[in-house]
Amino acid sequence: MSITVYVPRDSAALAVGADEVAAALQEQAAKRGAKISLVRNGSRGLLWLEPMVEVVVNGKRLAYGPVAPEDVAGLLDAGLLEGKTHRLALGDIAEHPYLKNQERLTFARVGITDPLSLEDYQAHEGFAGLRAALKLAPADIVQQVLDSGLRGRGGAGFPAGIKWKTVLGAQAAQKYIVVNADEGDSGTFADRMVMEGDPYMLIEGMAIAGIAVGATRGYVYIRSEYPDAVEVMEAAVERATAAGFLGDNILGSGKAFRIIVRKAAGSYVCGEETALLESLEGKRGIVRAKPPLPALAGLFGQPTVINNVLTLAAVPFILARGPKAYADFGMGRSRGTLPFQLAGNIRHGGLVEKAFGVTARELIETFGGGTESGRPARAVQIGGPLGAYLPDSLLDLPMDYEALAAKGAVLGHGGLVVFDDTVDMAEQARYAMEFCAIESCGKCTPCRIGSTRGAEVIQRLQAKPAEAPVQAKLLRDLCDTMLNGSLCAMGGMTPYPVLSALDHFPEDFHLAAPAHQAA
Amino acid sequence: MTAMTTREAQAVDAALDRFRDEQGALLPVLHAVQDNLGYIPKGATPALASAFNISRAEVHGVITYYHHFRQTEPAQHKLAICQAEACQARGCRSLTATAEAAVGCRLGEHTDDNRWELEPVYCLGLCASGPSVELDGKLYARITPERLEALIRKKELS
Ligand SMILES: Cc1cc2nc3c(=O)[nH]c(=O)nc-3n(C[C@H](O)[C@H](O)[C@H](O)COP(=O)(O)O)c2cc1C
Ligand code: SF4
Ligand code: FES
Repeated sequence: MSITVYVPRDSAALAVGADEVAAALQEQAAKRGAKISLVRNGSRGLLWLEPMVEVVVNGKRLAYGPVAPEDVAGLLDAGLLEGKTHRLALGDIAEHPYLKNQERLTFARVGITDPLSLEDYQAHEGFAGLRAALKLAPADIVQQVLDSGLRGRGGAGFPAGIKWKTVLGAQAAQKYIVVNADEGDSGTFADRMVMEGDPYMLIEGMAIAGIAVGATRGYVYIRSEYPDAVEVMEAAVERATAAGFLGDNILGSGKAFRIIVRKAAGSYVCGEETALLESLEGKRGIVRAKPPLPALAGLFGQPTVINNVLTLAAVPFILARGPKAYADFGMGRSRGTLPFQLAGNIRHGGLVEKAFGVTARELIETFGGGTESGRPARAVQIGGPLGAYLPDSLLDLPMDYEALAAKGAVLGHGGLVVFDDTVDMAEQARYAMEFCAIESCGKCTPCRIGSTRGAEVIQRLQAKPAEAPVQAKLLRDLCDTMLNGSLCAMGGMTPYPVLSALDHFPEDFHLAAPAHQAA
Repeated sequence: MTAMTTREAQAVDAALDRFRDEQGALLPVLHAVQDNLGYIPKGATPALASAFNISRAEVHGVITYYHHFRQTEPAQHKLAICQAEACQARGCRSLTATAEAAVGCRLGEHTDDNRWELEPVYCLGLCASGPSVELDGKLYARITPERLEALIRKKELS
């Protein structure tokens, strides 16, 4: 009998040497005459512990990490294959508080299964949602998604069921499902982890969406910075098609659904849904004016559901367990769970799936263990480059779309980027403007020109503290123009990080804190 | 308009052939050409324009719009350094300075002998383990200035 050993293939593990660890394990085990069967799983999301090696002993998965290739010989000598103790031993990984205190509905399988094994997927409830959907009328599938309260996970939080309903009701010979896997926000990697760690879940979600709205074709638009995700998705689509989960006759139902994987080309704004559709059509990624809504005239002018990876990845659970099982989690109008991503200067960075309502502080302190540098945390940017910077005093806000909006912040794609007290918030604000200038699609003047001007104004303010009040006033006016005169959130939300930095950290802009804000 | 070399023309033909039946496939074709040659030849524009039945200006517009596509040969070694927020919080600014000093060119430029080019990249999806870089197509996370210098030296010797 060979012993099963897991070494992740997630890029966050590969980038810290997982392939080298896997090779060392093979070599050193062979040298000792030990038979191992090596599985390349997804990542559990405890990213500070990658590469994390797991060994199956008495049905439990005992983990070790972070393992460097040069640790492998010593680990084997210490009895890794029998689950013996070692300075890197983490014990039964399922019992690790970081995992045990999560509510993993979407990420239930990630890190546990072999991502490309259809057998493994089905042994863990895979395709139960698709099988359930095939027994329902399209309108009933849409109703379940509506009842679950699922909202789009790409940032805007629009109810998925309403979008699907519009596409179901549209008459057209060809409709499309498009997955937004452009994941351009810094501090986010959940889409990538799904695609690399549980690709069939996304495929299943897409197929259910296709059956629900009457679309027979799907596209996955994956950013070019994610070559591993592209590779895994392509392989998964091929295998799922060969096994009859996709194709012209899904599981003998007579329903058809096919998927094409497309690689993006390094443009942040192509994550905006209409720019993405332009890009899929082979054009420059310029934002389209709405209406028409993509749901009515989307890809190639046809009715199109466009959803984020996490939105569609939540669907199999909803169909398999029922909408209530999903809606039972969460708070207010934010139902279900969100895979949060803890990033930046944080000790225990990684993926934490929790019901909406958890506070930023709980995520950063209880799960994240504070900053990596050990210095005090000063600012947290939530929701990517278009999200606000929050000071410590706002970290007790519950993670809920409406609660954050009330404070001029956004949840976005659920990324939290922590900065310690060495951060210069004026520099962060300048960067936000610069990023907008680099990535603007160029269609509207406030975004294209305003961002360049904004970066200049901040630079002047940095160089000449005496002019700070004047420049800050200019900056606010500029932000106002961008907020009100931009076609999409690129120009329209770049003011969020800028104004939040200015409001919460005026001292970094050589300004005195207004009396009512002094903490 | 510059003429293409035989190798370039073959790469373009092969890419066009591969995606002949796919709707809106300009990006996949451009990717295939660039994956094959390392760049998209300037002389490819007319062939692409006629294959997709669009103007040369439109093809040119697409190639130049996307940061990923390039029309010049890449340097021997390409180092992309993440410049985005989560890596800023983990020290990418000083890492970038180290790289510039080690290879002898600024971010966004290449060395005179075209042995090295440094490219900014905005997030590699490794934001919990930054700073992150991509060196000749391989990802590295938790990179310190010392480790980066060692990686660069290793490439210099190869
Ligand atoms: C500049 C910009 C970038 C965006 N980037 C992404 C992205 O990378 N991924 C994503 O899912 N949505 C992104 N969005 C949001 C999409 O426009 C759209 O709301 C989303 O794809 C809808 O899917 P959902 O309802 O499932 O969230 C972006 C929006 C803007 C304005
Ligand atoms: S706001 Fe910026 S990115 Fe959005 S459409 Fe206008 S110019 Fe393009
Ligand atoms: S911000 Fe650098 S990898 Fe995401």
